[in-house]
Amino acid sequence: MLTDEQLAANFADIAPPLTNDAALLEANKCLFCHDAPCTIACPTHIDVPAFIKKIASGNLRGSARVILSANPFGHSCARACPVEVLCEGACVLNERDEQPIKIALLQRHATDYVLEKKLKLFAPGKPTGKRVAIVGAGPAGLACARDLRCAGHAVTVFEAKPQPGGLNTYGIAEYKLKADVALAEVQDIVDLGIELKTGVTVTSINTLLGEFDAVFVGVGLGSTKKLGIPGEELPGVIDALTFIEHLKTHPYRETPVGRHVVVIGAGNTAIDAVTQAKRLGATSATIVYRRGEADMSAYHYEYELAKKDGCVFRFNAAPQRIVGNGAVAGLELAGGETIPCDMIILAIGQGARTELKVPSDPRVFTGGDCANGGAEIVNAAAEGVTAAKRIHEFLGGVVR
Amino acid sequence: MADLRTDFAGIQSPNPFWLASGPPTNTYGQVAKAFDQGWGGAVWKTIGEPIINVFSRYGSVDLGQNRMMGFNNIELISDRPIADNLKEIAEVKRNYPKHAIIASLMVESKRESWHAIVKQTEDTGADGIELNFGCPHGMSERGMGSAVGQVPDYTCQIVEWVKEVATIPVIVKLTPNVTDITYIARAAVKGGADALSLINTINSIVGVDLATFEPQPSVAGKSSHGGYCGPAVKPIALHLVSAVAADPSVKIPISGIGGIASWHDAAEFITLGAGTLQVCTAVMHYGFRIVEDLIDGLSNWMDERGFRSLDEIRGKALPRVTKWEQLDLNYHLLAHIDQDTCIKCELCWTACEDGAHQAIRRLPRDNGGGGPVVEIIEEACVGCNLCAAVCPVQGCITMRQVPNDYAPVTWKEYAAGRGKLAPRSEQFHTATWSRSAK
Repeated sequence: MLTDEQLAANFADIAPPLTNDAALLEANKCLFCHDAPCTIACPTHIDVPAFIKKIASGNLRGSARVILSANPFGHSCARACPVEVLCEGACVLNERDEQPIKIALLQRHATDYVLEKKLKLFAPGKPTGKRVAIVGAGPAGLACARDLRCAGHAVTVFEAKPQPGGLNTYGIAEYKLKADVALAEVQDIVDLGIELKTGVTVTSINTLLGEFDAVFVGVGLGSTKKLGIPGEELPGVIDALTFIEHLKTHPYRETPVGRHVVVIGAGNTAIDAVTQAKRLGATSATIVYRRGEADMSAYHYEYELAKKDGCVFRFNAAPQRIVGNGAVAGLELAGGETIPCDMIILAIGQGARTELKVPSDPRVFTGGDCANGGAEIVNAAAEGVTAAKRIHEFLGGVVR
Repeated sequence: MADLRTDFAGIQSPNPFWLASGPPTNTYGQVAKAFDQGWGGAVWKTIGEPIINVFSRYGSVDLGQNRMMGFNNIELISDRPIADNLKEIAEVKRNYPKHAIIASLMVESKRESWHAIVKQTEDTGADGIELNFGCPHGMSERGMGSAVGQVPDYTCQIVEWVKEVATIPVIVKLTPNVTDITYIARAAVKGGADALSLINTINSIVGVDLATFEPQPSVAGKSSHGGYCGPAVKPIALHLVSAVAADPSVKIPISGIGGIASWHDAAEFITLGAGTLQVCTAVMHYGFRIVEDLIDGLSNWMDERGFRSLDEIRGKALPRVTKWEQLDLNYHLLAHIDQDTCIKCELCWTACEDGAHQAIRRLPRDNGGGGPVVEIIEEACVGCNLCAAVCPVQGCITMRQVPNDYAPVTWKEYAAGRGKLAPRSEQFHTATWSRSAK
């Protein structure tokens, strides 16, 4: 049984913020590249050298504006972006066999300043008289909403969940991004005068089209796929997203975790599940993956993190049957071996959302996980921003 | 948003940021690109009878990882025909009517030569003329540049010749390579200058290659002293700008030049009296794009502080620059070490012990114990700032005022027998080395 202090430490920010001193030192290391690879690598193409130069010059407000104007989700991306394979991975200092600039932490330094000081960097545009409906208050929908609002359109966002933010609020590993930060970031966007309707499930896009000039659909993906093996209905079997959502919406102690946990799948969500199970106090946490180490879709640094957390990886292990009498007792693999466990978390990817039909209509736009099949926050934000440009253009606006 | 528009001796520009005369202002293409990116004005690379340059022209001084902290050059004025330069100036002015375009001029010290070039320049529609009396290398050997700017009479004479024909504002660019710049500034004023710009570059040799004994930058094994600029020269420029700005006989606007690389530097120049800012080295390092943060940073800072226009900050620090004899001897400081953020490097101790006033005590370093390893000896500390300056942790060592009941007293008053000195730290102490644990 972990103490409250241990739990708090286990879920504390994995990358704590930089002090002012450290941020200044780090910012001054940036070479200020032209046509910078970090900017190219970012799906939202934040002008990274420009925002870092502004940290160095002491212009934090200006720095945050550079970040957030390109990416409305600059706060959450600073914490949850896979920077190792994006901006930081592209930093030219890697070519000089040095550590890349800590771009994510610098981005956090600048954007935290804005939240702390409650600065309002954006304002709604001159009213155009046009109305846009956004379905889904995740990063794609709200990024789109932010830019449409700044262009002067009236925006209404519909969200089925009780809270906005999508997976930012409900699905990012707790040690990377906490729900209160995600919600503060969302509030900043909503404060531009966006009508937000939570707890409302949109069932017909065509109905919305009767009322709005355009509709953006950013509903994300559906629930986690089923394995289709015997025993899946046993108590103790849970899907990764439900597990993580519970953890993020309750005090840590209230999220049930087994003593011996098996996570099936080896993507980034599987890593989030296995590390958090371990951090909740599981004695053992094991990834079971039917293919080999080289085939796993989790990022390398996520894999390293899980190993550091003491998680075990079983490759080329194909689940055949979940065994147990009234509750999970083990996972039987092809070949006959059974891994004893009392909790199984399924993380084998989400299915598409099929319940909402998206009509083929020039007034309907899409973006985010439901359009790209599931990617990062930054991809969703980039697609929301791009969609906002297209919608603005469609509504007769001029895109700069 | 703060109003950054500038009226400098009658020359209008959308903001105070001008490119200084130099390599970045050599052609139409450069200046037009700079204006597109936000620069408010540009002083064209000095025009005169075209020269022939050497190859190898720039030398650089790095400080650790930071490149080009100091920079020098032995490049001369424009190597392009006068007519080409003037044609392009006219074209820039035509296409960018709201930006300030200034022609920098340097010709031989003859009245008719100056008259001719000034008239030709006026035909371009340029907003002003800058007289290059500052270039310290090459041109000075030919009786131009700083050879003029180092002699008050020559300065005055040529300004008079120029003013005989000029109808647009005339800015005189001053060299720092003089004993007292205010003499030259006054001579320029006497000659009729409309404004001053300073500083031009400082005489320098940036280094010697110890493998070959070649001074840098080397031209076939030899070098010549060049003009020093870049971030390293900013304090010298700030002083000279303030000295000229505070001179009661100099009432004309000043364009500040010297090591400006950020909005912060720019704001400092403005508070010491600069009307516009000229930038060259930072652009040579990072490109025209730096103007975006110069404008954004200055404007955000002004907004935060509630300043609406540059007039509200111009010269704001100037009344605080005074003679030493006017400083308060009863203002006492004490260094304070924040033990929570101290990383125990003992750099403050070694600096104070060997380089200052032996006012820091070392405590035994108990491995793993975590206690403090340095503490201020309050009765010995003279509040000199050295420990705070060497400390690698921002905010760890701070200087705190020690209040006393004594009225302020300046040296001037005290020497005249007026005022009382508050009791102060040990005035005469000896190094603790022989006494302290080795």
